[in-house]
Formats: sequence, C-alpha cells, structure tokens
Amino acid sequence: MLEMIQFVPLFPLIGFLIIGLLGKYLKNEKLIGTIASTAVGLSFIVSVLLFINVIGSHLEKPHIQNVFTWIAAGSFKVNVSYQVDQLSVLFSLIITGVGFLIHVYSIGYMHGDRSFYRFFAYLNLFIFMMLNLVLSSNLLLTFLGWEGVGLSSYLLIGFWYDRKFEGTRITWTGDAANKAFIVNRIGDFGFLIAMFMIFINFNTLEYQAISDSLAANESFFMNSGLVTAIALLMFLGCTGKSAQIPLAVWLPDAMAGPTPVSALIHAATMVTAGIFLVARNSVLFSLSPTAMTVVAVIGVLTAFFAATIGLVQNDIKKVLAYSTVSQLGFMFAALGVGAFTAAIFHVMTHAFFKGLLFLGSGSVIHGMHEEQNIQKMGNLRKYMPITYKTFYIASLAIAGVPLFSGFFSKDEILWSTFSHGSYILWGLLTISAFMTAFYMFRLVNLTFHGEERFDKHHLHPHESPKTMTIPLMVLAVLSALGGFLGIPYALGFWFSDHPNLLENYLHPIFANANHILGKHAHTEVHLIEYLLMALATAIAIFAIYIANKFYSDKTFKIPNKLAANNKGIYNMLFNKYKLDEFYFKAIVDSLLALSTSLLWKVVDIKVVDGIVNGAGKTTALVSESLRKIQTGIVQNYAMLMMAGIVAILAWILFVI
Amino acid sequence: MLALLLTLFVPLLGSLLILTIKKDSVKIIKYTTLAFSLITFFVSLSLWIGFDSTNPNYQFMVDANWIPSIDAGFRLGLDGMSVLLVMLTTFISPIAILSSFDAIKKREKEYYSMILLLQFAMTGVFSSLDLFLFYIFWEIILIPMYFIIGIWGGKERIYAAIKFFIFTMVGSLFMLVAIVWLGHYVGTYLVSNSGGFTTNLLTIRNYSQMIPFDIQKWMFLAFALSFLIKVPVFPLHTWLPDAHTEAPTPGSVILAAVLLKMGTYGLIRFNLDLFPQASFNYASIISWLAVFGIVYGALVAMIQTDVKKLVAYSSVSHLGFVVLGIFSMTVEGVQGAIIQMINHGLSTGMLFLCVGFIYERRHTRNISEFGGLARVMPVYTVFFAIAMFASVGLPGLNGFVGELLTLVGAFKSPFLNSWAYTIIAASGVIFAAVYLLWMFQRVMFGTITNPLNNGLEDLKKNEWVMLVPLVVFIVWIGVYPSTFMSVSETSTKSLINKLETIKFGKSQYNLPGKLEYKPINK
Repeated sequence: MLEMIQFVPLFPLIGFLIIGLLGKYLKNEKLIGTIASTAVGLSFIVSVLLFINVIGSHLEKPHIQNVFTWIAAGSFKVNVSYQVDQLSVLFSLIITGVGFLIHVYSIGYMHGDRSFYRFFAYLNLFIFMMLNLVLSSNLLLTFLGWEGVGLSSYLLIGFWYDRKFEGTRITWTGDAANKAFIVNRIGDFGFLIAMFMIFINFNTLEYQAISDSLAANESFFMNSGLVTAIALLMFLGCTGKSAQIPLAVWLPDAMAGPTPVSALIHAATMVTAGIFLVARNSVLFSLSPTAMTVVAVIGVLTAFFAATIGLVQNDIKKVLAYSTVSQLGFMFAALGVGAFTAAIFHVMTHAFFKGLLFLGSGSVIHGMHEEQNIQKMGNLRKYMPITYKTFYIASLAIAGVPLFSGFFSKDEILWSTFSHGSYILWGLLTISAFMTAFYMFRLVNLTFHGEERFDKHHLHPHESPKTMTIPLMVLAVLSALGGFLGIPYALGFWFSDHPNLLENYLHPIFANANHILGKHAHTEVHLIEYLLMALATAIAIFAIYIANKFYSDKTFKIPNKLAANNKGIYNMLFNKYKLDEFYFKAIVDSLLALSTSLLWKVVDIKVVDGIVNGAGKTTALVSESLRKIQTGIVQNYAMLMMAGIVAILAWILFVI
Repeated sequence: MLALLLTLFVPLLGSLLILTIKKDSVKIIKYTTLAFSLITFFVSLSLWIGFDSTNPNYQFMVDANWIPSIDAGFRLGLDGMSVLLVMLTTFISPIAILSSFDAIKKREKEYYSMILLLQFAMTGVFSSLDLFLFYIFWEIILIPMYFIIGIWGGKERIYAAIKFFIFTMVGSLFMLVAIVWLGHYVGTYLVSNSGGFTTNLLTIRNYSQMIPFDIQKWMFLAFALSFLIKVPVFPLHTWLPDAHTEAPTPGSVILAAVLLKMGTYGLIRFNLDLFPQASFNYASIISWLAVFGIVYGALVAMIQTDVKKLVAYSSVSHLGFVVLGIFSMTVEGVQGAIIQMINHGLSTGMLFLCVGFIYERRHTRNISEFGGLARVMPVYTVFFAIAMFASVGLPGLNGFVGELLTLVGAFKSPFLNSWAYTIIAASGVIFAAVYLLWMFQRVMFGTITNPLNNGLEDLKKNEWVMLVPLVVFIVWIGVYPSTFMSVSETSTKSLINKLETIKFGKSQYNLPGKLEYKPINK
C-alpha cells in the first residue's frame, strides 16, 4: 500500500506533459481544466489512502520507496526515492487538497485567457515539484523540488509577461519573476553548501540516516560548530523560500502573478517549504541551540516588521502578501522555540485561511475588473455576498477569534514562546497578532463595507461563477473548523488525555528532537495559559473593534489624521523601510559597476588584451627596426660579418 | 576498430568529395555534407553500443606503423571519456551543419569542405593514442576554424580570427616542445627501445610518473598552458568572447560544444594521467584560477549588451566548474567534469543556435533591440528557456548534475583540501541566474517596443529539427545521467586509483583487471 506514494507526484507530471505538449491543440478550456484538476485530484485521493494507512498502521519508522538511481559517481549516490511518514503525508494532503480546490477555482478565474493551457501546465508542474519537495527521502530530491517550485513560481509570476507591474526597479511582471528567482537563488546557495557539508560528514543525504546518526551521537554533536553551521546555512535557504528577513523582499512583488498563483504558491504551499525543511531536519536543528535562537529571532522580527508594513498598504494583494510574510514568521518563531507541531499546525490552518483570503481577493479583483486598490472599493458585500461571507470567516480565523482555526494554531505558538521563557519574543508576537487583526479588518472594511468608492455607472461588480465560489466555501468550512485538530490540552483535558490530534499524529516525527530538547507532551494546566489565552482573545477583538471604528466612518478621519501626524513613520511603512532600495544600491549597483568599469573594461580589455596586443605590437616594432639591417648592400653585410668574427675571437681569447 | 576508423575518416572523405562538386550546385553540396555527417553519426553509434564500460583499458585500438624512426604510430583508441566526447562530436556536427544552411550565404563549397575537415580533426583529437598524431590533429583544427571565423564571420572577423589563431598557437608550441622532450626522455632513459624516442602514449603513460619532479613540472606547465588557453581559463580567456561573437552560428556552436572540450580533455588525458606529481603541485593554483573564472565570467557576462558575447562569457564561467572538478582529482569531480563537458556542449550549443536564429531574422544581437519576443515567437521562447535553465543549473536538467558533482568533488578532495573553492564557486550558481534571466527578461518579456520585431516568424521546421534532439538529451541527462556517466565511470576510477596510489600509497577504488602503470618508489 505505502509503495503507492510514487503515484502521488506521477499524476501531476502526466498532467503537465499532456497539457504542456498538447494544450495548444486541445483548445477546449473545460477539457484542459478537467485534465489538470483530475491529475491533482487523483494525487489527493492517493494521499488520503496513504494517510488512512499511516494512521491505521501506527507507522513508527518511515517507509522509503526507491524509484531509481538519480546521480551516482564515486561514493556519491542519490536515488529518486520517496518517504512515507506522518509529515510527508500531511503536507501531501495540504498540497493536493488545497491545490485541487485552487485548480478548480482557476478554471473560472482564467476563463478566456489567451494562454489558458499554459497556466494549467505550469500549475501541474508546480504541484509535481512541490510534491517532490515534501515527499523526498533525501535532501537532493528535495532540492530538485525546491528549485522546481522556484521555476514554476518564476513562470507563473511572469505569466502575463507583457503586463506592467509596479515596484522598486520593476517595470514588467517579468522583472518581479526574476527578482523572486534570483533572491531565492541566494538562499539556495546556503542549501547547497549545507548539503555538501552533510554529505562530507555523514556520507549520505538521506534524511533518516542523517537524523539517526545525529541522534545516536547526541552528545558529540550537541552545540557543535558543524551542526550550527549546517543548520544556519540550511536556514539561509529557508529565508529565501519562505520570505524571511533578510530575503523577504521578493514575496510582495510576486503578487504580479495571477491571483490563484498567489493563493497556491505564495500563501498556501511553496512558501511553507522552509518550515517543512526545518521540521524535516528537526533533530539537526534541535542539536544547535544557537541555530534555534536565530530561527526564533528571525521569525519574530519578520512577523513583526511585515505586520507593520501590512498596516498601511492599499493594494489588496500586497496586504495579504505582507500578512503571509508575517504569518510565516510566526511559524519560524514556533520552530525556533522547539514547538514543531505548533508550526506545522499553523502551516495547515494558514493554508486554509490564507488560501481562502487570496482566492477571495481574486474573486474581488475578478468582479471589479482588475481593480486592486482597496481605496477604490467599498460596499462590495452588496454585490458579492458569497465572497464577502467566506472572506469574513477567513479574516476571523487569521485574527485569532476563538474557535476559528487560526485561534488554536496561533495561540499554541504564543504559548510555546511564552513557556519557553522568551518573553520579548512573546511580546513582539502578541503585538504582531494585534496588528494582524487590525490590518485584516481594515481590509474587510475598506473592501466590503462602507460606501462604493468607485464609479458605479461604469463599474458593475458581480459575484464570481460557481467554479470559483465553491472552492471558497469549502475553504471557509476548513478555516472555521480546522482548528479542532489541534485542541490544546488546557482546553481539551476534560475529554481526553491527549486532545491534540495533530500532536498525537506527528509524535513519531518529532520524538527525537523533543527528546533532545527535553520536551514532553504537557499534561498539566497552568492558570497563566488561560490568562494568556484570554489576553490574546481580548487583543484580537479589540483590534477588530478599532479597525471597524476607524474605517466605518466615511471620511476615515482617524486613520488619516494618524497618518498625517506621523508622516515619517507612515512613509517608512508605506515604502517598506526602503529595504529594496537599499539592496539595489548596496549590492546590485556596486556589482554592476565593478563588473563594467573594473573587470571588463580594465582587466579584460586593458590588461589582458593589452598585454597580448602589446606583445604583437612589440614584435612588429622590433621587426620593423631589424628590417632596416637588411639593406641589400653587400659591403654592409661583409662589415657586419667582420665585426662578428672579431667579437667571437675576442670572446675566445679573453673570456675563456 | 573498423567503426572507429570509419567515424574518423568518413568526414575526411566527405571533405575531399565536396571539393569535386561544382561550386554552383549549392544544394548538392549542402545535402552531401549533411549526409556524410549523419552517416558518421550512425557509424559512431556502433562505438557507443560496442563499448565495454566495465573495461578500464582503451578499446577499438588501432596501431599502425607510421614513422618508425621516432616511434610515431597511427595509434587510436577510446576509453570512457573519449567515447563520450566522440559521440558529442558526431552528434553536434550534423546539427551545426544544418544550422549552416541558413547562416552561410557565400562560398559554400569551401565552407562545407572545411566543416567536415574540422569534424575529422576533432574526432582525431579525442581518439589519438599517440602524442605526435594528437599534435597533428590538434593543429589541423586551427586551419578550418581560422577560415570559418575569418571568412564567414562578422564585422571584426579578421581581428578575432588572428587572435584565436595566435592564442592557440602560442600554447601549442609549448606543447610541441614538451612532446619532443617527453618522447626523448622516456625513449632514452626509461624505456630501452632502440630508437631512443617514442610518442606512443601508452608507453609514455606507463613510465611518465618516474620522470623526476623538476622535469615533470615543466612538462606539466607546457601542456597545461596549451590546454588552459583552449578551455579557456582566466586570464587566458580573452580570445573566446571575440571568436564566439564574430564566428558564424555553426562556428560558435562547434567552438563551444566541442573545441573548448579539447582543453579540458587534454587536462585529464595528459596532465593528470602523465604528470601526477606535478598535478598535485599545481592543483590548487589552477583550481583557484578556475574558481576565479567562474565568478569573473559570470560578472562580466552580466553587463554585456550583445547576447552572443553574454553567452560567450558564460562559457568562461561554466568551464571553470569543469576545471575545478578535474583538479579535485576525485571520482565525483572528474565524473562531474566529464558530464559537464557534454552538458555545456548541449546547452551552450543550443543557446548559440537560438541566438543565431534571431540574428538571421533581425541581423542584430543587441539586447536592447529586442523585447516582447515571447508574443511573436512563443515556441522559440520555450526552447530558449529550456536551454537557459539548463545553463542556469536547474535540477532536472543536465547542467545541475555536472555542477553538483564538480562542487562535491572539490569539497571532498584530499588534494585541494579546502572548502573555500566550493564555497566561492557555488556563488556562481547565483550569478548564472542573474545574467541569464535578466537577458531573457529583456529579450522575451514585456511588450514589443521595436516595430521591426513585429511579425517575426516563429521556429521553422529545420530549426525544430536542430533543437529537439538537444532538448531530449538535456532532459535525459538531467533525469537519468547514469546512461552516460556509467560509460566513463570505470576509466575515471582507474585514473583516480592511480593518482591516489601515487599520492597516498593506497586507493579507495580497487579495480578488477591488470593496471597498466607501474607504481614508483619515492
């Protein structure tokens, strides 16, 4: 049964090949959409079967399914092989499940696009690569997926390659695509070096073998420079893929792609690859307290700063993009304090509600005929009731209103940082949570409430077709109820000793790491946990209240006044701390200048070619002067000959 | 044996035959040339099939008396590496010839005769087992290549052709001196044959590591200079951008795909195999040059405004990986270098073809002249993208396999013994994405701003025929490189076995069968 895992990535690959090669001739949108969705749907079904099997069999050790030898030379040998365990199957469920819904949604969203088939080919390629990333049993195949999702992301961000897109030194969507790929490559550099160091020291790239030998020699590797270096380099890769400081700059510009892409790749799945990688290597990370601290601090800082930027953005997708960066920061914070399950839990709930938010925003953009500025919207609930309701549910979830999914996962993260003793981190995360609730309801108010701020005579917003609204409704249900998979002990102790289903499920994956970190499933209830929970709830509700108050008034008096009084701060946030500008000036421009004015024009043209041409010219010059000796007058030659003989004789007589 | 002789001589026969055709019958000339190169390719397939990859020795051996007084023989044979390179030559040549149909518009008779002569000499370089013979093939190549650049090239073709000729000639003169010295030394002091001179590679390689280090050092340097110019390695690379830019499309394709590989081939076949002690000594210097070249080539490629020059500089960067892999002197590194030679031939060859296609349509290669081509040439864009991502080193395509293995080899190399090489070289992975994607964006994406680009024709049938086979192998090597890498595995292991045994007294690779060299007592 478990060997069926190889079919999970196979279906989307077949879908990609069929649509990619024949899509042009298929022409029929419905057919293309159906092929693509079916491919992902089949993968989902297999994933569900695997999931049932994994639960039913209480799998302790992962099942490794070898497919073929990929790269082999000397002692370096890596297989294409897949790993069935709780973690990979869970990710596979999220990817194919949410992926399927977004495929269906895209049939409606992309209707009439001239490159309809190309879009679905790319989407299937993405799913294939993403599945390789999470199902692989070794680092190298994960790297294939890692780069592959980067490729699909590149292709999809620049999908409308002849459209303009605004951003720092960005004119076309293709520029944004380039930026995403290149910034990610910086992270990949770290991933590569980490991989080499692992290979040299462990002579394998298989996750299980690495973790086993690390766990077996726990005291030897504990806090060693080697483990810290590997972990930090790997984390550099994660900051690229998961848009964390210092490589977070690409994600907001990735919004140049069609909205289903933003939902699938840049919210629900690909950007969580970094979290997956850390979780997959939990033993490695848990052996390096330094690396763990770095992960936690970077996560919290990203969560905080991205949330501040999100407060003032006016592009509906940009707000969601910064929100995504911020939420990913929450997940890394959880990983950094050793709360692996909490991070995975948030990956899951985030996939539901952020996927839904993006799809909802897509529905809005669709209905508003490509308008994305929320200042030019308002009262859309009247025109798009389903989009509105589902969007509202997702907003409640991300804000952390009790019983909605985000409440449980975010609360677990907050509690983990607090109980870890990192009060500053906890404080910053709590403030970020407040801002999250605020900017989300700012968005809800500006988009769906109040008065129409667009030209009603020319623009007639409409609800989206069923292929788009049905996925919204499914995701809304998941966003609302998904949290019950991870009920904390403090709330669920009365009906079970282990109420947190997700924690039970993932237990074998993180057992070693938890052992190293000295963590146990907590079975006590602290008063403070309830207090924090109440505080978080109060903060969320308070933030929603303020947002509603600020933005329900027609003239936005309070926020406008706030912005006017704090122009410096407002501009700084609005311009995203000018990080893009800084990177361009400090790195890109200086490299270009170095290459042009030193390397090319001086080293290549002046120095190397100068020497070569100089040698040629010297030869010509010497020949030119020597030529004059050849006068053709015999007397001259005779004289020279005499002089030569005299010189030789003198040498023989006096020197030797 | 017959297959190897046919693979070598069919192109020469074709070259001579073309000379007998009337120069006005261009069509007949073209198709005769193509036919000869295709026949050669099919003949060479029998080499591929007949090669026994478990055997570390040379195969398809030919050994004929030629100049007995200096023991120079007509000696041919292939091992795993050379069989791959011969296949690359016979595979790329028909594609290059096909691309000439559109690119070459004058003096066709001379041109097609030259290109077949070139194929003959390239095959000869990769299959010679005699230094004298090798040197002759090596020099023959200069002649057709010089004319191809100088007659059928672009505006600055004369400067480029002379530069190419002089750079290569300087290197090969040193090599000639070394060959003479080597033949004399081995013939006189190490082998007691009557002549006192030999150019038999197999004899020389059995004894060459006994040459005292002081002498070995100079011979190593003389050979290395010649090969490093050919590769080219920084700072000997400046002939390459000019030669590539000025050469006609098929010239660039052959130059990139095959000619540059003669340098890296020579480093493995002669420098590592004949002068092991000197190789240990110079490995780190040459590796640093390679690493520097990786970053340097990428940075200079980034700021080029001519697409062809950009691709040319990218070659400097990519071949840095090959040289680094070679001087890591590990199985991973050398195997990676060998497959990377093939990879570079496929993907850079394809990039040059793609550049040539738009050059024929627009007669310019300036990036700023383009923009928005994806709309008018969608299929072309897809092929260009595949070649580009192969070149960027995207996993799943061929470039990744070679780069990864050369980096792994350099990382674990007991000879280089430092991680610094790999760490700096790996930064080339970032830059490769920068210059290629940036160029791609400016050429393909956006809207058409230059009216001349409106209505450009998408790929023609013959262009499809050139690109599709390349794509097949780009993907094949990316997904299942073992088909090709297993061919050279045994011969690489036997080389590394030799190097490790000489350096450390033991090797991790113990091979079945008799080894051909004699270990020395140091």
